[in-house]
Amino acid sequence: MSNPNTGAQPDPFADSEVVLDVNDLVKHFPVKEGILVKRTTGAVQAVDGVSFKLRKGETLGIVGESGCGKSTLAKLLMRLEEPDSGSVTFRGEDFLSLRGAALRRARRKIQIIFQDPYTSLNPRMSVGDIIAEPFTLHPDAKPAQGVRSRVKELLDVVGLNPDHINRYPHQFSGGQRQRIGIARGLALNPDVIICDEPVSALDVSVQAQVMNLLEDLQQEFGLSYIFIAHDLSVVRHISDRVAVMYLGRIAELGRDHEIYGAPAHPYTQALLSAVPVPDPTVRGQRQEIVLKGDPPNPANPPSGCRFRTRCWKATDICETEDPVLEVRAGTTQRTACHHAAQNEDVSALD
Amino acid sequence: MSQSPTTSPTQDYDPSAPLLEVKDLQVEFRTKAGVAQAINGMNFTLNAGETLAILGESGSGKSVTAQTIMGILDMPPGHIAGGEIRYRGQDLLSMKPERRRKLRGVSISMIFQDALSSLNPVLPVGWQIGEMFRVHHRMNRKQARQKAIELMKRVGIPAAEQRVGNYPHQFSGGMRQRIMIAMAIALDPDVLIADEPTTALDVTVQAQVMRLLKELQVENNMGLILITHDLGVVADVADKIAVMYAGRVMEHTDVFSIYSTPAHPYTKGLLESLPRIDAEGDRLSTVPGLPPTLTDMPPGCPFNPRCPYATDLCRTDRPELLPVADGHTSACHYREELYAGTITAREEVQS
Amino acid sequence: MTEPNKRAAASAAVDPAPAPESKPKRSSEDASLWMDAWRSLRRNPWFVISAILLLVLITMALFPQLFTDQNPRECPLSRSRQDPSAEHWFGTDIQGCDYYSRVIYGARNSMAVGAIVSLTILGIGIVLGLLSGFFGRWIDALIMRITDLIFAIPYILGALVFLAVQQDRGVREVAFILILFTWPTMARLMRSSVLAVINNEYVMAARALGAGPFTIMRRHILPNSLGPVVGYAAVYTGVIIGAEATLTFLGVGLQLPSISWGLQLNDAQGYLQQMPHLLVFPLIFVGLTVFAFTTMGEALRDALDPKSKKR
Repeated sequence: MSNPNTGAQPDPFADSEVVLDVNDLVKHFPVKEGILVKRTTGAVQAVDGVSFKLRKGETLGIVGESGCGKSTLAKLLMRLEEPDSGSVTFRGEDFLSLRGAALRRARRKIQIIFQDPYTSLNPRMSVGDIIAEPFTLHPDAKPAQGVRSRVKELLDVVGLNPDHINRYPHQFSGGQRQRIGIARGLALNPDVIICDEPVSALDVSVQAQVMNLLEDLQQEFGLSYIFIAHDLSVVRHISDRVAVMYLGRIAELGRDHEIYGAPAHPYTQALLSAVPVPDPTVRGQRQEIVLKGDPPNPANPPSGCRFRTRCWKATDICETEDPVLEVRAGTTQRTACHHAAQNEDVSALD
Repeated sequence: MSQSPTTSPTQDYDPSAPLLEVKDLQVEFRTKAGVAQAINGMNFTLNAGETLAILGESGSGKSVTAQTIMGILDMPPGHIAGGEIRYRGQDLLSMKPERRRKLRGVSISMIFQDALSSLNPVLPVGWQIGEMFRVHHRMNRKQARQKAIELMKRVGIPAAEQRVGNYPHQFSGGMRQRIMIAMAIALDPDVLIADEPTTALDVTVQAQVMRLLKELQVENNMGLILITHDLGVVADVADKIAVMYAGRVMEHTDVFSIYSTPAHPYTKGLLESLPRIDAEGDRLSTVPGLPPTLTDMPPGCPFNPRCPYATDLCRTDRPELLPVADGHTSACHYREELYAGTITAREEVQS
Repeated sequence: MTEPNKRAAASAAVDPAPAPESKPKRSSEDASLWMDAWRSLRRNPWFVISAILLLVLITMALFPQLFTDQNPRECPLSRSRQDPSAEHWFGTDIQGCDYYSRVIYGARNSMAVGAIVSLTILGIGIVLGLLSGFFGRWIDALIMRITDLIFAIPYILGALVFLAVQQDRGVREVAFILILFTWPTMARLMRSSVLAVINNEYVMAARALGAGPFTIMRRHILPNSLGPVVGYAAVYTGVIIGAEATLTFLGVGLQLPSISWGLQLNDAQGYLQQMPHLLVFPLIFVGLTVFAFTTMGEALRDALDPKSKKR
């Protein structure tokens, strides 16, 4: 395989339009205690100062372990939750200040695909009604060809039989249901689709089918994806750039070969080294960094660098000074670590 | 190692017999929709210190296998239609229920995927671990508590003395899984069945738990049966592997052969459809279609509707699990050609 | 790299046709959950029995003339206190009225109270439970505290107190009191089934599409949370009819000259020794009606509960 440091090749998306510009997004959930009178005793810092740009046709992968804030981030970008501060600019428009009709118009352009194919479709609605719901809610976006014919077309696009338009979700398998969810997401011709763990509930053989479908649709419609997942192999496969999140912050952000080939943040290194490789011949030869302990409580994160309590490189500065996400010496990607450095033993690439 | 004081005398055991032997196991589920063959002719042998991975997707029968060996299958609707499960030469299926129950936890033990629902939420974890000693070794509370603390230390729970009185919800997912492992190994079992032990865990925690399991296995010379769908975990820890599909073993061999020379199209398809972390993939190869429902199996080979190599023979005759090389069996009519790599996929697959 | 690519191309060709059909047995195109419910109900013998029974009882309440040509209000004292005979199937009562026709005519008031009360509390319960579960916060707190208040009073006691001071008590008054004391059960049941539905991702999907709260309630929450309350309302109809009979028997329900099973039971208590048939016949009808509604409700609830359906 190629040397990971051939990352000199230019970013194919460098000149593309910035579709989504996220700046310093913050969302804290208050923690309430008390039986009769509820007092706010703290805040879960679910998302704490997240910034990134998403370009047209690009896939940004977001990886992290449970509780790192990746799902909250998805909800903030969908405006299913309102952030405490920060800005989201969608094609030059301030997305967070939109209200009423303007918000409804913008919503058409950002869609979401959910993780669980069993709870993401209303069991009482036929597949046709589910996929047509976007048109019911946005009557001015009704297709000229007629809703029913457009729904059939969408079923065909996601690889389902258009004749099954009158069936109900329980008549389909998990993978097929996920395709229905994707068809609903595509209905309004969005620019951005947020995929929140779209394949993690599926069996391996079906997972590949859905991932291929997502890639085909991106090519065909020029979609930008935010692909949220905990499975690093899946994210590697589909993403152009990857953000690694830890406790509400981005630890490292770069192009996929930078993150996977030459990770510089200790957390990214630990994460990558922990992924088992489906090849028994490398058993025992890979360097494994096994982290101590569990992630800290997000309601009470450590001072300074949030990873320092589990980090083998931590020094005094990590406790006092919050590391900024920036390009550091010896790397090309942005890293939030005072001691960022490539680790020669850790690279997911051969 | 296995001579626990309260179990039946060891002279019943055949010293030359393998630790665990499953022969032609058949399990059915009788439902309204018909009889589902959940396991159809399962065979394997497990020796001390060995790890067997049973790999399969949901509905392949891998968890039913675990439950049947453990003797915790729901009957009805489950029904063991035939076969033998021999532990040190003794057939567990014909054993008196009383005697079999005494083996559970002592000789054969099991850990589950979901640690939170497997632990009793209203009892302290120390009490739950200690229960094993109180029931099987008739220890008093104080001794049992002491043993519980020792075990918690052994599975790497920090501050075990302070945390022995805590309740399950006060632990993180990874720690709960360790507590369940502590309960499972409390009485030094010979066989440990782990049903998707790390599926619910994050990858860094998964690495910790798998490492712990491996260490404990070496320490106690246990036979480990790992039920999983994760080809990565299998490659890391297994010695032998049985690939299950629709209730049948499709391929059975050592772990190196499976990855280097798969002799069944299903195994080959699974391996090729995996996104790899160590390679920039182009398009993923897929296994088209879906697994069949167990009440409505296709004639011939159960994999034929999805198989790129299927011929008319596959649509009429069910292939037996037959050897293709030393210690390598495959249930495919074209196993020799697949093994040698001399077969090519036909251009079209009928769906 | 050529080999896998070829495989990829080969499988891509098949990709768009995933699986022939996972459940060939259910090939019918129209298979909504309501249709499924109907299909499973049809095969449930308890449902069939209770449905036939209810049909008869409802017809009896609507068209009593179909069952008897006797006038229940024609009561010549000359034929007072007769035992059941070919002419008077259930005998006659103390006034000499034909008891069979009185029992038949009694169905109307009992059914009317049952229907009015359960339909009204179903409506109140759905609306308040939906608001409470969907909006949460202060609306939820307010509604739930009110239900707590009403729960604190045992309904028989409450009804006794309220109805005892009422001079004229007809179907309307009795129904009102029963509604007042029974709606909280329904509202709470509805609220809990709303809460079970609201966290499903399809609700979030609708919000992400910009659907307003009332659209979400109507399209997504209501259809998925209705099952338990509908079943329970049917069960409750039986309970209400029993409650009406109880209140009337205790002397605080309907008054003469109304004809009702409760009144008949009340009258019969004085003659239990001499004429047990006066007690037995209305009691059998009350029992049958309560049984029919309860069984019907249970069957409905099972059939409408998506969780009880295996696959």
